[in-house]
Amino acid sequence: MIMSLGPYASFIVTSYAAAALVVAILIGWIALDYRNQTQRLRELEERGITRRSGRSAMDAS
Amino acid sequence: MTLIDLANPTRFLALTARVLPWLAAATVLLLAIGLYQTALAPDDYQQGATVKIMFIHVPNAWLSMFVWGVMSIASLGTLVWRHPLADVAAKAAAPIGAAFTFLALLTGSLWGRPMWGTYWEWDARLTSVLILFLMYLGLMALWRAVDDPSRAARAAAVLTLVGALNLPIIKFSVDWWNTLHQPASVMRMGGSALDKSFLIPLLVMAIAFTLLFVTLHLAAMRNEILRRRVRSLQMMQASRVAFSSEMGATSRGQNASKEVGAA
Repeated sequence: MIMSLGPYASFIVTSYAAAALVVAILIGWIALDYRNQTQRLRELEERGITRRSGRSAMDAS
Repeated sequence: MTLIDLANPTRFLALTARVLPWLAAATVLLLAIGLYQTALAPDDYQQGATVKIMFIHVPNAWLSMFVWGVMSIASLGTLVWRHPLADVAAKAAAPIGAAFTFLALLTGSLWGRPMWGTYWEWDARLTSVLILFLMYLGLMALWRAVDDPSRAARAAAVLTLVGALNLPIIKFSVDWWNTLHQPASVMRMGGSALDKSFLIPLLVMAIAFTLLFVTLHLAAMRNEILRRRVRSLQMMQASRVAFSSEMGATSRGQNASKEVGAA
């Protein structure tokens, strides 16, 4: 099935492409940020810097 | 699990670890269904196929206001209840809200050019949404400008609550002023003016984008909690270094005085 988008196809396609791009950037930024933070926490813990409770800073349990 | 239990960041991290994969899967599924229904939706008798822009413009426009609403409730949590995760929630939501607002403006502009003959008009609806976008950017700048998260949180909370006054202006701008933008056609007295063939894909896309926001927001909140842990560990490290260098200086001073005494 080929969808006909009429004479304003470029406006429709640009809208959907922009939405996809912005959402992809958001997801990528959040995923990269998570990786950076966990890496920094790991480096600090390897240097012997731990929380007062003694639990790992990445501990979620 | 109650809201009080979630006040504990560690419990919150445990919850997000369990919930995020399911939320992400539900978001992908609903987006796929919504996009499929969007592709099958008929052309409008006046707008032709450009009506398809509505299925992404309207959810993003709703979310631009919804996210500020979430941030306003979180700001009350910061100022009134002093909930430990309230400012984390507010800070994490701002960039996501800014992205949705940007998309609402961009897709609206791309829809306006073929339908109105112009990309932009300084009318009440468009201008008030542009102000909302600028306020998102201002809030993000404020968070970055102040080092101490708790001080930044209070200033940002006040700014967010003041900015919430813009929400009813955006919503009712199409009724209060003459504007190129059409009046409300989905949420209005007397029911939706949209035919089911448009309304159902629109609602599916709106729910999908809302789920996308919830998923991204929880993930960004998790990142913010980890960032604050990094900050507190770095401060702990800095204070240890300062303490040990101070102790070293003191013991060197004592040794020197002993040597002088012996001489």
